[in-house]
Amino acid sequence: MSGASVSEASRQASGAVNGPSVAGMKPTDIANPDYFHKVVDCQWACPAHTPVPEYIRMIAAGRYADAYMVNWHSNVFPGVLGRTCDRPCEPACRRGRVEEVTKKAEPVAICRLKRVAADNKTDVKHRMPAPAAQKNGKRVALIGAGPASLTVARDLLPLGYEVVLYDGDANAGGMMRTQIPKFRLPETVLDEEVNYILDLKPELRLGQKITSLKSLLAEKYDAVFVGCGAPRGRELDIPGRKEADANVHIGIDWLASVSFGHTTKIGKRVIVLGGGNTAMDCCRTSRRLGGEQVNVVVRSGFGEMKASPWEKEDAMHEGIPIHNFLVPVEFLNSGGKLTGVRFQKVKAETDAKGRRSLVPSGEPDVVMECDDVLVAVGQENAFPWIERDVGLEFDKWDMPVVNPATFQSTNPRVFFGGDAAFGPKNIIWAVAHGHDAAISMDLLCQGKDVGQRPPPMVNLSSQKMGIHEWSYDNDISNDHRFKVPHAPIEKTLKDVKLEVELGFDLKQAFAEAERCLNCDVQTVFDTPKCIECDACVDICPMDCITFTANGAEEDLRHRLTAPALHPDQDLYISTALKTGRVMAKDEDLCLHCGLCAERCPTGAWDMQKFLLNAPKTGYACHK
Amino acid sequence: MTYIAKPKLRHPGIPVNKLGFTHRDYEGSISTLCAGCGHDSISFAIIQACFELNIAPHRVAKLSGIGCSSKTPDYLLGQSHGFNSVHGRMPSVLTGANLANKELLYLGVSGDGDSASIGLGQFVHCVRRGVNMVYITENNGVYGLTKGQFSATADKGSKSKAGGFNADSPLDLVSMALMVGATFVGRSFSGDKAQMVPLIMAAMSHPGPAFIDIVSPCVAFNNHAGSTKAYDFVREHNEAVNRLDLMEPRASIKVEYAPGTTEEVALHDGSTLRLSKLAADYDPFDRIGAMNYLQSRAAAGELVTGLIYMDNNAKDMHANLNTVDAALNRLSEKDLCPGSKGLAAYNASHS
Repeated sequence: MSGASVSEASRQASGAVNGPSVAGMKPTDIANPDYFHKVVDCQWACPAHTPVPEYIRMIAAGRYADAYMVNWHSNVFPGVLGRTCDRPCEPACRRGRVEEVTKKAEPVAICRLKRVAADNKTDVKHRMPAPAAQKNGKRVALIGAGPASLTVARDLLPLGYEVVLYDGDANAGGMMRTQIPKFRLPETVLDEEVNYILDLKPELRLGQKITSLKSLLAEKYDAVFVGCGAPRGRELDIPGRKEADANVHIGIDWLASVSFGHTTKIGKRVIVLGGGNTAMDCCRTSRRLGGEQVNVVVRSGFGEMKASPWEKEDAMHEGIPIHNFLVPVEFLNSGGKLTGVRFQKVKAETDAKGRRSLVPSGEPDVVMECDDVLVAVGQENAFPWIERDVGLEFDKWDMPVVNPATFQSTNPRVFFGGDAAFGPKNIIWAVAHGHDAAISMDLLCQGKDVGQRPPPMVNLSSQKMGIHEWSYDNDISNDHRFKVPHAPIEKTLKDVKLEVELGFDLKQAFAEAERCLNCDVQTVFDTPKCIECDACVDICPMDCITFTANGAEEDLRHRLTAPALHPDQDLYISTALKTGRVMAKDEDLCLHCGLCAERCPTGAWDMQKFLLNAPKTGYACHK
Repeated sequence: MTYIAKPKLRHPGIPVNKLGFTHRDYEGSISTLCAGCGHDSISFAIIQACFELNIAPHRVAKLSGIGCSSKTPDYLLGQSHGFNSVHGRMPSVLTGANLANKELLYLGVSGDGDSASIGLGQFVHCVRRGVNMVYITENNGVYGLTKGQFSATADKGSKSKAGGFNADSPLDLVSMALMVGATFVGRSFSGDKAQMVPLIMAAMSHPGPAFIDIVSPCVAFNNHAGSTKAYDFVREHNEAVNRLDLMEPRASIKVEYAPGTTEEVALHDGSTLRLSKLAADYDPFDRIGAMNYLQSRAAAGELVTGLIYMDNNAKDMHANLNTVDAALNRLSEKDLCPGSKGLAAYNASHS
């Protein structure tokens, strides 16, 4: 504060009264569902737009089955995702911004709370939709029985569609079954959630790989959904590869082989090439199948690795070192057997245009000895079974052209979703694609325009229960993020099927749930009621609220009570008040504690719960 | 009433003052006053002023009497000394405390009941003795704690919430403070922090009896049409004679005023008071002129706000009493007791 006289904020707060009126920001249109949806950062970031705070409150209240159903409606696999989700919601979580003052800012453990709901729920079978009593006469084929196709099946079956589900494997589940190790996702959890969908009675054609789209299309399906994932692990074609073939394995194929029980052993010294989540699963699985010295080797730096931070942590916790800036250049063989891998050392350089690239550092090559190598350097889509004359356009990378909003290909009857649509992503993306593709397929089959998307279901309702009582717990917890307990490492490394994470116990779950800021309980401002007494400005713990002259956004952001730190976070602007000023609220760091509304004498502020259910086909919205 | 404590989490980007504190560090416990009470706004203006002046909280003593206003010191400066006295007796307690330890900043917070009714005699005598303090009355014109009867500062003809009209003449604490020798007199409005904060800062920098009357609407009992202390009425009839800006030495100046209308006054603590004149011929250094101006504007139904009067050469009670430089509470027996030899010498000199 040195040198400053009276604070900018307090001076400007009323400087406006006599100031010239300038064209300023337009009043915020809170009727636009996107506005408040964006404030719920977690839900906005979730591809399936799961109403996160809604189910976290239910967990805090011990309503695990209700919390599970909220999840199930939007993301279909709560138990699976509560263990394996890539959690785009967590980096978005507001808690991770407001705790900065402690230097230990961490988001709410949203993903692991989801697991709490799944693990502790009572029986929910009776709450699941029943198979359609009457068929609607439409028939669709789903290729691949992974998360995307299963979502489409769930959304279409209750409407009366005849759904035919194809998969090359003997069981439904797709990559959730074949690629995710059992120590991260127990089979029982997966079976339960797959079965909720199979209970809706799709026609199963498992163990039946589709080899021709053309012949499938000839079978008079009204629509076809391609959800076959990205099934091909990328090859590493460097010298010595052929000779070493017996001991070089493609990561996802090897994981599948372990999952099916075909592979039960690996050499003592293992090198895993690659820095993504598949590489993490490969190295951790190796540790459980006899790998004593398992090393992960990555081309890029540690920070640029694609693996989620917690997966890297878990691998290192199991005694697996991660080596960075090493590019494999040769498989070393002796006597026709793999003996090691030679790596070139590289460093990151940034060119004049700011592009980063890896260049040889000039240091001597590194040789690591090993018995086996697992290659996990990426996955590719491959559609050798799609004929190029079925009216389905492919782009210059030989990938099908798919509309990102409708998931329709250039053949109007064929839809894509999950990894098959836009390359490898995560389960939650596959689910989101599935919902949208199901809407499109339904529209197509009803003879409607696939481009006319249904709106979300939105509700905004006051949470006021008494003069200063709210229907949610507005007291802010000061707890830091709780850690999920793990089973002892001596046990987990001995059993490839023993789940490592134990999940929160109910006490921890409650405390973690209380860290949620209830960002869906919105601060709603009613201009005519405001008497400009400053009570809300004074009480706001985060200095979010400013009364000042309107102005252009850039200008206004510099005149707030506290600096606006994140320009991607919206300002909530009121219409003009009696003094000519406007109320400007920076949504960024609001704790949703409701104190502005508690200290407001006229009810100009109210706390209103914004519930948004992303659009789905018919039943899901009404259930 | 608010049932939860104000969350401890704070905005990570708010400024820190020279002592390393944010304004949040100057807060007290959460207010129990009615939502929207003008007093809360004044509390936060005091918090802001202390933050801006880099005041160490443990160097402040906050004193009050009885009433809504007198509850407020609990809601600010949680790390400071405090004394909640008998109704209307805060000025005497403050005077005593100041006598014992002149090194603290004395903040008296009172209301129109506490200072203009039961404590009127205490108020005027404390001011006329020249106690170095900041004396703030949070003036809402009604007895809020007893459901809104007119207080002694309610304007004649003002309408109560129940519909009655006030027949009695009002007491004007600003005029009274001027009359009995306050060397810093201001008036402000709780709905105008931009005026309040620098005024409180200037009062805190003033080395004598500083009095500020702050009109503070009672949202529960005196914020209706017909009241002269309602938000709308005060906004309509507020006649600010000047705007203030208190600057620390070598501070950069951020606000531009129209040329020819500002005056800079060097204060004894090294800071500069910048006055921006809103009433062209108003001179806040002329006590008689100020009293005349107040009366004439009051007759026209206007409420004069801003810095009304300041004596830049003010002296305080300790100067008048010629006390020692040290705080009296730090004088030891050795300082105070001359010893038998000294006593004998003193007696001998008077024989």
